[in-house]
Amino acid sequence: MSERRFPSPFDIPVPDGAEDWTDLYSYSSVFSEDRREHEEQAFWFQDGVHWPMALTPWDATFFEYAIASLSQYNTRHYVIPPAMGIDYRILYGYAYLSPVGVADPAEVESRIPEFMERAGHYFANWDDLYANWLEKIRGLIHDMELVHIEPLPDREPLEVVTEGRGTGSGMALMEAYHRIVDLGLKLWQYHFEFLNLGYAAYLDFFGFCKQAWPNIPDLAIAKMVAGVDVDLFRPDDELKKLSRLAVELDLDGHFASADRPDAVDEALGASDEGRRWLAAWSESAEPWFNFSSGSGFYHSDQIWIEHREIPYAFIRNYSKMLREGTDLARPLEKIRAERDRIVTEYAELLPSDEDRATFEQKLGLARVVFPYVENHNFYVEHWSHSVLWRKMRELGRVLAKEGFFAEEDDIFFLKRNEVPEALWDMYSAWAVGAPSRGPAYWPREIDRRKQIVSALEKWSPPPALGAPPEVVTEPFTIMLWGITSESVAGWLGGSDDDSGDLKGMAASPGVVEGLARVIFSPAEIDQVQDGEILVAPLTAPSWAPIFGRIQATVTDVGGMMSHAAIVCREYGLPAVTGTAFGTKRIKTGQRLRVDGSNGTVTVLED
Amino acid sequence: MSYVVWFAEFQPEHAGQLGGKCASLGTMTVAGMPVPPGFAVTTDAYRFVHANPEIANAVHSLLGSFDPSNLGKLAAVSLELRNLVESAPVPTEVEDSVREGYAALAEMCSDPRVPVAVRSSATSEDLPDASFAGEHETYLWVQGPEAVLSMVRRCWSSLFTERAIAYRAQMKYPHDSVQMCVAVQKMVRPKAAGVAFTLNPRDGDRSQVAIDSSWGFGEAVVAGEVTPDNYLVDKVLYEITKRQVSSKEYEYRLGENGVERVAIVDERREQPSLDDAEIKAVARLARTAEKHYGCPQDVEWAVDLDLPDDANVLLLQSRPETVWSRRPVPSVATQGDYMASIVATLTSPLHAQSKSG
Repeated sequence: MSERRFPSPFDIPVPDGAEDWTDLYSYSSVFSEDRREHEEQAFWFQDGVHWPMALTPWDATFFEYAIASLSQYNTRHYVIPPAMGIDYRILYGYAYLSPVGVADPAEVESRIPEFMERAGHYFANWDDLYANWLEKIRGLIHDMELVHIEPLPDREPLEVVTEGRGTGSGMALMEAYHRIVDLGLKLWQYHFEFLNLGYAAYLDFFGFCKQAWPNIPDLAIAKMVAGVDVDLFRPDDELKKLSRLAVELDLDGHFASADRPDAVDEALGASDEGRRWLAAWSESAEPWFNFSSGSGFYHSDQIWIEHREIPYAFIRNYSKMLREGTDLARPLEKIRAERDRIVTEYAELLPSDEDRATFEQKLGLARVVFPYVENHNFYVEHWSHSVLWRKMRELGRVLAKEGFFAEEDDIFFLKRNEVPEALWDMYSAWAVGAPSRGPAYWPREIDRRKQIVSALEKWSPPPALGAPPEVVTEPFTIMLWGITSESVAGWLGGSDDDSGDLKGMAASPGVVEGLARVIFSPAEIDQVQDGEILVAPLTAPSWAPIFGRIQATVTDVGGMMSHAAIVCREYGLPAVTGTAFGTKRIKTGQRLRVDGSNGTVTVLED
Repeated sequence: MSYVVWFAEFQPEHAGQLGGKCASLGTMTVAGMPVPPGFAVTTDAYRFVHANPEIANAVHSLLGSFDPSNLGKLAAVSLELRNLVESAPVPTEVEDSVREGYAALAEMCSDPRVPVAVRSSATSEDLPDASFAGEHETYLWVQGPEAVLSMVRRCWSSLFTERAIAYRAQMKYPHDSVQMCVAVQKMVRPKAAGVAFTLNPRDGDRSQVAIDSSWGFGEAVVAGEVTPDNYLVDKVLYEITKRQVSSKEYEYRLGENGVERVAIVDERREQPSLDDAEIKAVARLARTAEKHYGCPQDVEWAVDLDLPDDANVLLLQSRPETVWSRRPVPSVATQGDYMASIVATLTSPLHAQSKSG
């Protein structure tokens, strides 16, 4: 495999119209001559699991925060013996990652005692620490909600003077922004407090199973560990609950105009039943509908409570299914019984009670750590990010009001560290009582940047760059991104081979044939017809309602633990994830054969 | 009083009327190891022969003090008794039960003249341990209800073949102590057939069923004359974890002169000999045999052409696997705490092979 290389990041031509693209990102996040030697010999893969689209300048913030925080826990907190962090770059707006290993075996060895002590503490006290984490994250979200953003007043309120406060609104506004980014970084520090260790324990169980049963399917291991009733499914469950209530109260007719949620609410508000339903909605909405329609990493991802047309449309569909007699409930008892059966039968295959004791111990630890792995996503990417995006928009609104922006979302076309400059401009002009430069400077600059981003959006990032690794061993890379030696080999082969099967992860078993529906965002979910095969870059939890209608899922990115894999296993649908080229090769309407047991997708006819 | 008992409806209390072979076929079918379908013509049907005074007297007078070493006379006695049995009257209900049984089997196979094997299954209340192995007759490729009836009678009469008479005499079993049940069982006409092991013969992995499969009768696979398609199936999830389809050059199939070897020239040569549902059914059947017998099994199986899709995967034979079963299964237990194991996991390149498939 080392004979062939992916393109060098330095050899890829700039997309037309994006010549000045490096202006949009931090100088430390782009490829440059200054680190060329290091960057060219490394292996980079595009992280389409989290960042499948081009980043706007401010949206790069969470990319940088996330990867630096992940790395920090590997390198500085837990001292993971063979793995340093993951290096990251932005190329033409797209996120690329490069796992950094510890090359010297002696150094790996020397890191072990520290790892044992540090990680050991977390494993030994996991439940307490996780309970504490849940407190911390709720506290953090509370702090985010408390960030107060208000336009600058013409005069400071009198009490500022009479109480002798000594500071003014301009400074408070700048502090508020700093608070937003500080809380955002804190959020990402919390995010990785448990995740790397959770994966490590999972991988240990995984390794045990592969040793005991060399041919065991990966998904059997996932099924033994997976929780049955996890927060990931909760927003969808809440929608089903509200749909049932709507049908029970005979209100589901109102959702015919789901695309005009205010009209729905007005109609509901006119009756006792309707008001009862709205009260139930409010109860579900906080926190469960702080739910992003995408990965949660883009300001453009729509959040359910802010875009009620999305959940209302789901409620309309669910109500229709209920009227047709469909049982929407996930069969929890059945899923639980099946999980128990799988565990019991594998255990029976082991040769001795000692083996079974080891099996149970490792399964036990994997199950202790797994709720974090499954649940953190809701708290971080959905709930917390929803609040942070909202606060940023409030700030954008203030700047728009002062003429800096045409619209509130323009704030996301400023780099993280440019926002204080714009605020300073606004503040100091307000302080002085003279014009600020911003209203002349930013609208022009933002227009220019929007054109660049739109050029970047048209560009299609290669799945990987640089020198392919001999073998992929970095555990988190495999777990999180589904990148294995095989998938890397597949990409190398795939770039010049337009015929034959697509290969990916055998993420959820079964074989079906059906018509493809290629969609790129949840906004296109309405196009999907019953019984089609969903082909998408990836899926996110907010796509959940689609899984009742499709036959199978094919994604470009993601591994055994990706959202599509987890949900398809739950729904009993075949899934092939991490095909890299699915949305590029497959066209809507083509007849496909999806083999989720072997990880292949075949185009049968056009 | 039932003259016909289907293998699929076998219950332990039938055993006395069925004889060893039929009881075993019934037990296997009911336990989820479907042998080729069929039914037993019970000893209740044979009773009309056994209790026939003319035959009872003949048995007594001809065999009462018979010296089996008198070979010259043995042939004549055997012939006389067999003729008596084959021409003895039996009630119409008995004959109709057999005809109805055959008709039902024919309907199941969508073939009014479905070929069956008619096999003897002798039993004796007085001699529970007697095996009678090979003493009585079996008739293959019997077609049509009247031919079946006629062969049932010949199985009955095979109690009086020369070797059966000699055997009883030698074992000092009374000649009227044995009764005859008869199995009427579909002849297998395999679309595909082969063997299955309830472990992976390459690495001893007991979580897998390994299947070798090729077109036609199983001889080609058993004798190693073709490179069969090879599948691995997980025993718990029944997922196909490996599939390798080979080019299959020959198949054994039924021709003018019985089963013959023919070259495969059409596109079937490169095609998988089993579909996914069949692969899983073979795996389930093998796993059931393993659970039933309590140790790893080596089974022969076939997918029948005539039977409906949900009932066409048949077990032909199951015996203990002998290679891996003799070795101890290596322990995977770890000593010490989980941290050492987690470190080993993180530092080993195991995950290079983590993708399933």
